[in-house]
Amino acid sequence: MNVQIILFIVLASVAAITSVAMITRKNPVICAVFLVLNFFSLAGLYLLLNAQFIAVVQVIVYAGAIMVLFLFVLMLLNTETEHKLFADKRAIKFFAILISAFVFVQVAYLIFHGSPSRTLTPDEAASVKAGTIQAIGEQLYTNYIIPFEVAGFLLLAATIGAMVLAKKKFE
Amino acid sequence: MSLIPMEYYLILSAFMFCVGVAGVLIRRNAIVVFMCIELMLNSANLTLVTFSSYLGNSIGQVFVFFVMTVAAAEAAVGLAIIIAIFRNKKTVNIDEINIFKW
Repeated sequence: MNVQIILFIVLASVAAITSVAMITRKNPVICAVFLVLNFFSLAGLYLLLNAQFIAVVQVIVYAGAIMVLFLFVLMLLNTETEHKLFADKRAIKFFAILISAFVFVQVAYLIFHGSPSRTLTPDEAASVKAGTIQAIGEQLYTNYIIPFEVAGFLLLAATIGAMVLAKKKFE
Repeated sequence: MSLIPMEYYLILSAFMFCVGVAGVLIRRNAIVVFMCIELMLNSANLTLVTFSSYLGNSIGQVFVFFVMTVAAAEAAVGLAIIIAIFRNKKTVNIDEINIFKW
């Protein structure tokens, strides 16, 4: 067995198991920790896909900044665990699992039926080149300069909005 | 990379998306619902990176960059809204936050 295949199996199973564990654990802090693990395994998968820049940004932005924000709010609000909420919602649970399983079966059927890898011939060199920060930066600062500026403006608006919303009184 | 068929990544992504959907429907804690939405955004990112890598084209990864920007903004504003709601209602249970529901 090749080391790539072993790495893929390990990382993919970690991602799948932690995502399921995240929605089944009752304590929200444990959910957040499982989500961080999931983000790390996704970063590993991005590295397997030769997307080095996205892998690093995944660890810094998602596993670092966003999850710290989540854990901060979780511990600030000191929420009660959901023991009583989990017990009496059997119908909702049943239908939620039914709906998502149905969607998954449909999408999986379409993926294997369409089988995109038959029409695509992956080119390792082009893929490595596409994942470098140079290629992404070239796109960002030439063809995608206006979306890039809009993203910066969006972050500014979100910063101001978050401060205004979390403030105590408006006056 | 070329040893692993592209479908495996897409199936993993679809699985994670469906787990996120189930989590949004099952969980009653607003913060955990937010985390499930992050999980769904991440599964979409995995699909974009997979296609970008197998096509040898970096535009998909540029799009992932924008998705991450929007996710960060969404997390900041969403958590601020949850803090504001908690200050008024003393709960983050989405069954009790129902003034817009009829």
